Amino acid sequence: MSVSVNSPMPLRSHRQLLIKLLVVIALAFAFGFAMVPLYDVFCQVTGLNGKTGAKPGSLGIAGISNPLTSSPSSIDSSRTVTVEFIGTVMPGLPWEMTALTSSLDLHPGELHQAKFRVHNLSDKTIVGQAIPSVSPGLAAQHFEKLDCFCFAQQTLAPGETKEMPLTFIVKPELDKDIRTITLAYAFFIVADTKSAAKNLALR
Amino acid sequence: MNTTTVNDATGHHDHDHDHAPEGFMRWLTSTNHKDIGSLYLWFSLFMFFFAGALAMLIRAELFQPGLQYFQPGVFNQLTTMHGLIMIFGAIMPALVGFANWQVPLMIGAPDMAFPRLNNWSFWLLPAAGTLLIATFFVPGGAISGGWTMYPPLYMQGGIAYDISILSVHILGISSIMGAINIIVTILNMRAPGMTLMKMPLFVWTWLITAFLLVAVMPVLACAITMLLTDRNFGTHFFDAAGGGDPIMFQHVFWFFGHPEVYIMILPSFGIVSTILPTFARKPLFGYVSMVYAVASIAILSFIVWAHHMFTTGMPLGGQLFFMYATMLISIPTGIKVFNWVATLWRGSITLETPMLFSLAFVILFTLGGFSGLVLALVPVDIQLQDTYYVVAHFHYVLFSGSAMAIMAGVYYWLPKWTGHMYDEKLGKVHFWVTAIAFNITFFPMHFLGLAGMPRRIPDYALQFADFNAIASVGGFLLGASQLLFLYIVIKCARGGAPAGNRPWDGADTLEWTLSSPPPYHSFVTPPLVK
Ligand code: HEM
Ligand SMILES: [Cu+2]
Repeated sequence: MSVSVNSPMPLRSHRQLLIKLLVVIALAFAFGFAMVPLYDVFCQVTGLNGKTGAKPGSLGIAGISNPLTSSPSSIDSSRTVTVEFIGTVMPGLPWEMTALTSSLDLHPGELHQAKFRVHNLSDKTIVGQAIPSVSPGLAAQHFEKLDCFCFAQQTLAPGETKEMPLTFIVKPELDKDIRTITLAYAFFIVADTKSAAKNLALR
Repeated sequence: MNTTTVNDATGHHDHDHDHAPEGFMRWLTSTNHKDIGSLYLWFSLFMFFFAGALAMLIRAELFQPGLQYFQPGVFNQLTTMHGLIMIFGAIMPALVGFANWQVPLMIGAPDMAFPRLNNWSFWLLPAAGTLLIATFFVPGGAISGGWTMYPPLYMQGGIAYDISILSVHILGISSIMGAINIIVTILNMRAPGMTLMKMPLFVWTWLITAFLLVAVMPVLACAITMLLTDRNFGTHFFDAAGGGDPIMFQHVFWFFGHPEVYIMILPSFGIVSTILPTFARKPLFGYVSMVYAVASIAILSFIVWAHHMFTTGMPLGGQLFFMYATMLISIPTGIKVFNWVATLWRGSITLETPMLFSLAFVILFTLGGFSGLVLALVPVDIQLQDTYYVVAHFHYVLFSGSAMAIMAGVYYWLPKWTGHMYDEKLGKVHFWVTAIAFNITFFPMHFLGLAGMPRRIPDYALQFADFNAIASVGGFLLGASQLLFLYIVIKCARGGAPAGNRPWDGADTLEWTLSSPPPYHSFVTPPLVK
């Protein structure tokens, strides 16, 4: 390479290129937000995120799958699946939650009940909502809750203790590779979720 | 404090045709690519030391089991801010600084395409950096959920979380503006005869990096905007109680995050690909395949993000896809390593400081690539996720990769930038202490990770004590040796043996045809490239 004096280079259009790049940036920004609906659709189809069914529940979340589609008639007694139960309370909700049934061994297709005990530690009446999550995510499609305390908001009086039942079926269509399913509930405070959680974190 | 030292760096070149303001105003208002390049580099050096100091505190706490100096909450602030500042405050601005100095010089352009925009992209940084550092002093302290800002933890913190979002927004805008400038400069302002395939590899890597930045920085902006609205405006993107999903954040974040790690390594590839041929006195082996390898790494980097999420309960098909896609990246990466080694083969090699750093880069970065491959294996990653093995992996690719390539580049171009030779003897000392201390610090972390020590914790089980003590001692040495780097750079900026136009006899890119330091306005009439 050598250096020599030369006529000034032609100024190709910066502006044109700039506009193209700005369009790319705008598209990338739009794509970022588009990932939200895309993800939701993707998860509804695949059950990836461990939400049980796609019907809106009391807080706009998955609550119950359509009972008409379930067929609890056939029981697959050739295999046993372990279902584990976990209950946690999210920050800002002064409750205590214990899974009275910690795990169940069952055949797919059988109807079972599990129980949780929830206790209000505070001296106030508080409304909470339990949000379920099933892992592995792919099992969620085949985990059917017939009746659940998570279908509605729960109110506990000061110091009150309640037993909360859940009736469910693990459908026989469950993938053969899945031998253990974990159902985790997280109880959220209903009123003013944000500020309560924030205050707790700051304390 | 930045500005006074900067003045020493480039303030006294002889051919100043400019009647610009003096002192601080000169730097504040400068639209000159060399001034702005220096500002970027000094800023990043300052942030490197700040985040490095945080790392010293982390290693002090981890020297022994038990809680010594910090409560867990504070410790988590240290690790989070160390990561965030190193990535956004030290490595990225340093690489943009290199682009500012070198891209116009290497393609024979008089300046960047949009000089005013350039001034803005830099001066946003000190604002964002100040905001970020200030969060240590707000009620509740700085953010502490990890640099990846995962909800739901990120939803629960105090005001620092909102300030940090603002700061990262500003840093992102700065990066996007810088990327626009670099793309337009490279595509529109090359000297006559400089076809795309004649561009130095450093310019190529930055062109591709800039496209990555333009494509993924807006996605990061989305992710943190959603965090912000979730925190403050009642949306429920990531809030399970409101029907959102915290895992979705990880998808959006890593869609940005994995390309981001290549944003930090590709320009480093470019620096090393410039230095190795110079000191092997041979042209770069396989230039064309290097260009294609960089491009395919960049493209592949968009389809591997979920290798950071193998343990989030992905279906088997997803795990397999992301595992194979991740392993696929090692093919173009392997091509690059092969070409570097082939460049050295039968070269007339001399071991000046930049060459030492570049050789160490090739070896140590490759080690980091290997541990990456190990982590890409799903069954292994399920064991190793969130352990010190991951910490070892990304320090091999980021410290002995990006950061040491940056040091190599600084030594390589300091004579050009300042007109003086740096102190070669001290430079070599700096290299050897850095390389050895680096390995003392981070190599044992592989073992810690394999043995199951989780990352981001201030206390640990007794069986991890020895390796942690070793890592801490190495860490302190590594930290201290960087003070030597600072000393060498300042000394070189102040004076030293005159460098001449081309201190490296094997160097053949355009910047070496100019005087050292180059005139304030260089290539006003473009050179002709044959
Ligand atoms: C052959 C190339 C590479 C492969 C196969 C690879 C693979 C991986 C995998 C699988 C993980 C996730 C580990 C886990 O969290 O369990 C990971 C983490 C990481 N990698 Fe790499 N990697 C490669 C190159 C790089 C490069 C070049 C960089 C940066 C310059 C980098 C930076 C990181 C960082 C920062 C993390 C940790 C992120 C965090 O959780 O904080 N990697 N890598
Ligand atoms: Cu990655």
